[in-house]
Amino acid sequence: MSRNTSGVSGSFNASGVGVALDDLTRVYGTTKALDGLTLHIEPGELVALLGPSGCGKTTALRILAGLDEATSGTVSVGGVDVSKVPANKRDMGMVFQAYSLFPHLTVLDNVAFGLKMRGKAKGDRASRAAEMLELVGLSAHSHKYASELSGGQQQRVALARALAIQPRVLLLDEPLSALDAKVRTQLRDEIRRVQLEVGTTTLFVTHDQEEALAVADRVGVMSQGRLEQLAAPADVYANPATPFVADFVGLNNKVPAQVSGGRASLLGVTVPALPGSVASGSGIAMVRPEAVTVTADPAGAARVVAVSFLGAISRVSVTVADGSTISAQTAGSAARTFAPGDPVTVGVEPGGVLVVAQ
Amino acid sequence: MRAATVVRGALWVVFGLFFLFPLYAMADFSTRNLIAGGRTGQAWANLVTDQALYQAIVVSLLLAVFTVAAMLVLLVPTMIWVRLRAPWARGPVEFLCLLPLTIPALVIVVGLRNVYLWVTYLLGDSALTLTFVYVVVVLPFAYRALDAALAAIDLQTLSEAARSLGAGWTATIVRVVVPNIWSGILSAAFISIAVVLGEYTIASLSGYETLQVQIVLIGKSDGPTSVAASLATLLFGFALLLLLSLVTRGRRRARTLAPGVTV
Repeated sequence: MSRNTSGVSGSFNASGVGVALDDLTRVYGTTKALDGLTLHIEPGELVALLGPSGCGKTTALRILAGLDEATSGTVSVGGVDVSKVPANKRDMGMVFQAYSLFPHLTVLDNVAFGLKMRGKAKGDRASRAAEMLELVGLSAHSHKYASELSGGQQQRVALARALAIQPRVLLLDEPLSALDAKVRTQLRDEIRRVQLEVGTTTLFVTHDQEEALAVADRVGVMSQGRLEQLAAPADVYANPATPFVADFVGLNNKVPAQVSGGRASLLGVTVPALPGSVASGSGIAMVRPEAVTVTADPAGAARVVAVSFLGAISRVSVTVADGSTISAQTAGSAARTFAPGDPVTVGVEPGGVLVVAQ
Repeated sequence: MRAATVVRGALWVVFGLFFLFPLYAMADFSTRNLIAGGRTGQAWANLVTDQALYQAIVVSLLLAVFTVAAMLVLLVPTMIWVRLRAPWARGPVEFLCLLPLTIPALVIVVGLRNVYLWVTYLLGDSALTLTFVYVVVVLPFAYRALDAALAAIDLQTLSEAARSLGAGWTATIVRVVVPNIWSGILSAAFISIAVVLGEYTIASLSGYETLQVQIVLIGKSDGPTSVAASLATLLFGFALLLLLSLVTRGRRRARTLAPGVTV
């Protein structure tokens, strides 16, 4: 299995433990937050659970942490059923979405808290906590209180605190969602670096597809309490298993298409139909904006509606002959040649599309 | 701007006099020698030399301590538990805690008479058994103080973080929650002390000799001593409140103004 290492090479850590969630169901009143979720995480692997809010991803993480109980199903860590083990005995480090540092303790004491609960000697606690702060680059702040740190620093301390106890599993519950964009990217890469360094089996919950694709070994896309697809980031992106995955991972154009003999015809071109597509007949093709080509053509039937400059890339909206609007992504410089009203021709890159029933 | 300063200053003086004048009058009266004229410290000396009064002071102080301890042991874990695990119980618990405020002391005494037959049968006829009633009487005040403190922290995240780090429920409450609601606990405790030291009706009707009951009793024969005892109680209450504000302010300052921190 190839690893998403953000430039760092590594292999799964042999000391990590495997995690298995089997057929988990969680019912709140009449709502099914989890509906038979099965997810197996390899030792040392980082799996990201991705989905819209309310899809059950946080519930799954909380059940694994022991902070919530499943209505049915089992949770196993290292092959042992831990379903009935209370949260404080599960040996799992957790970083929360909300800032969770203890306000009455210094950064150092926060990081050492879990070791204190485990009865470690004072000297050992201090040296281990200092080592963890070094790992997240906050040694200089060890005597400050949480209220004196920025949001990004607080989450890095929370990560150090979760790792200080040498947890068997690391749980990250949308740890970046309270941070601003730049800090989010930095900390995201840092979390991945640290995770690879310590080799802890990790479950990362997020609603941000870019975040999930960037850090995970495998991404699990969830919807309505079920796992829609679990695969390597590139696979999830290139070969979405269901319309929901295609729609959620990336902004998609829905274009009418005809399928026959494993090939789909749409927008006047023919491309391969991806596995999972309808066998034959008409359907809706899910086409990513970066797979749509727009060419200036005085005789073209399509018209440019709007051009949005987004920095390195631009997004061009085009109306096609049947009146529907298609969004295309191009290099920022290429889009400058287009202006609203320009006649153009629209095509599709030959990589293949997923065609679903109408 | 200047007019506002003048008005503010004037209000300070007026309200200062309004509150201080009775205290000054009490201090003046309690140090007056009513028979021979001039000044005497006899009334203040009586606070410790008069056995009955001294006993009553000790009983009232012990009642205050026991009441605070019982109230905290009862209320703090209950309120934390309700917020974390039984949010549906929040309304009923709040209603129960505020209920004593609406019931007149006289009704409480009459209602408790039958219960206290059992209490005195089991625990003896000590004035300290008033602790049970006083815990109920201070509930409304203590509830409010603790509720405000608990609302100010992210209780769920902090306790979940503590538990994920290996802390059991007791360690979570003692090491994480209590230090972060400390100011609320202090104010609940001090308000409770003030209520207990000022309570007269229930103690008197139940026939127990607490400080307030003694003050009224002594007032019938020795005015200056009863006033000295009243003033001492008031000053003790003031001192507690002052201590409360100093302690909580001290903690805030330590938290936010550590060296090298820009505000």
